Amino acid sequence: MTSSLRLRAGLVSIALLAAFLGIWHLATRSTGPVATMSPEYAKLMGLTATQGKSAMPGPLDVGAKLWEHLRRPFYDNGPNDKGLGIQLGYSIGRVGTGYLLAVLVAIPLGFLIGMSPLLSKALDPFIQVLKPISPLAWMPLALYTIKDSSISAIFVIFICSIWPMLLNTVFGVASVRKEWINVARTLEVGTVRRAFTVILPAAAPTILTGMRISIGIAWLVIVAAEMLVGGTGIGYFVWNEWNNLSITNVIIAILLIGIVGMLLDQILARFTRMVTYPE
Amino acid sequence: MTDKFISIEAIAKRYPGAGGATTTVFENLWLSMARGEFACVIGHSGCGKTTVLNILAGLDAPSEGAVIVDGQAISGTSLDRAVIFQSHALLPWRTVLGNVTYAVSSKWRSWDRAKVKAHAQSFIDLVGLTGSEHKRPSELSGGMKQRVGIARALSIMPKIMLMDEPFSALDALTRGTLQDEVRRICLETGQTAFMISHDVDEAIYLADKIFLMTNGPGAVLAEVVENPLPRDRGRTDLHRHPLYYALRNHIIDFLVTRSKTFTAETPGHDPRNVPLVHIGKPGLTIATSGDEQRQTWIPGTSPGLTA
Repeated sequence: MTSSLRLRAGLVSIALLAAFLGIWHLATRSTGPVATMSPEYAKLMGLTATQGKSAMPGPLDVGAKLWEHLRRPFYDNGPNDKGLGIQLGYSIGRVGTGYLLAVLVAIPLGFLIGMSPLLSKALDPFIQVLKPISPLAWMPLALYTIKDSSISAIFVIFICSIWPMLLNTVFGVASVRKEWINVARTLEVGTVRRAFTVILPAAAPTILTGMRISIGIAWLVIVAAEMLVGGTGIGYFVWNEWNNLSITNVIIAILLIGIVGMLLDQILARFTRMVTYPE
Repeated sequence: MTDKFISIEAIAKRYPGAGGATTTVFENLWLSMARGEFACVIGHSGCGKTTVLNILAGLDAPSEGAVIVDGQAISGTSLDRAVIFQSHALLPWRTVLGNVTYAVSSKWRSWDRAKVKAHAQSFIDLVGLTGSEHKRPSELSGGMKQRVGIARALSIMPKIMLMDEPFSALDALTRGTLQDEVRRICLETGQTAFMISHDVDEAIYLADKIFLMTNGPGAVLAEVVENPLPRDRGRTDLHRHPLYYALRNHIIDFLVTRSKTFTAETPGHDPRNVPLVHIGKPGLTIATSGDEQRQTWIPGTSPGLTA
């Protein structure tokens, strides 16, 4: 029953994709009016003006270009022409670094705050004010103080991914069931052992959920951050190709951003499943 | 009450109430138990039974007074006092064996893995869970979960077992089986046990001594009822004993009416010398710290009712 449901859902997905590609193909195939112009002027204009071709690439154009990219993902022809693999690598590297730094700060800090009602209350106003700040708003401050655009991008990732992790860790640690704590207390389990054997496993699903939210936000923010700082990365690639008026490459980048974001989310979802316990 | 293995001395519990007032759950509560005794506390919700148990466990501190166990005033929790929680409180990410070994390795930190495992296994066998060691709590029925709770409590070989309505969440059939198990284990090991219950029959079956508490706030320990039934009593013929109904009626009368009116009707109640009720014996003996014995008559305990 479930397998047939899965099969049917898969078929519907394929049908929807085919319909989308078909409509896209038909919509971009139409030719517009062709202006008459001198051959010299025509050389300066694109195919849109001379042959009436749509400026929006069709699925076949995108597919061909994607195949080209996939065959040579790591070529490097200088600052403005690097393979997509290299660009994605830079982005994933920045997200990974900023995110790991955030994990290293948020989880121990969240543990401390969650275990101490005093700290929890004292730090709450700061967290409440800092949390809603758009991570990109930090960018000028980061550029001014750090004076390095690449590290500034990492800082922006750090600052945007820290809040969901911190808040979820605090919440997870503070809402560990009293009876489990009482079990540890009646067994005279020390604070450190209690933190690792009771509180950490009990709060792990909540913490991992926060980490999953964070990685999603970090991946959203890196594109915008790289558009600002420039140089390398998938966000810079999108902006560079827009300046080159290569809509095909922009569409390919959008597709890849989606796929990488999904993979990152799936990895964290798998970790979350590993630490989730049924009650 | 010469051998006071557990002695609760003049404890009180107060909470800050609305408008700066304090709510006193109970105060000046005295209670004692002998080694190897099975005691059961009965009273309505809100009389502070669970608070007394938590204080005895060290999970809660009394506002006043002290608790002495085996000659030592307690402070905080201890591996000498194991708790069986009402909600079983198993760690859901650990297996049955993992839950028991957690307790065992907490008590004997220097033991190696194999020794801890063997010790834990023997207690899993004792509660009849052989074969389910590697199951997680979510795969177990309510009764099996509580068996794990019992195995975990017993595995640390405590001086006292504290049970907070351990069977109230179970169906009647499972409850009966587990009561049999607990009674068997406590008799075999000479375990001192302190249990909270809502169930009169459970108390009669298990307890040597039944503590009756009046309604809170301002609850007092009204009486200590000695169980007149023989020590080798069985579940099936319990109700045939000539004193069974007198005992049961006495407790039920208390719960239905006297638990509300006791404080008003008994102005001279001395919380330090709580009356000790012997069902079926003429009159009532008041246990005192001194040698004098007072005789009082309490309805339901007269010989006429015991036939």
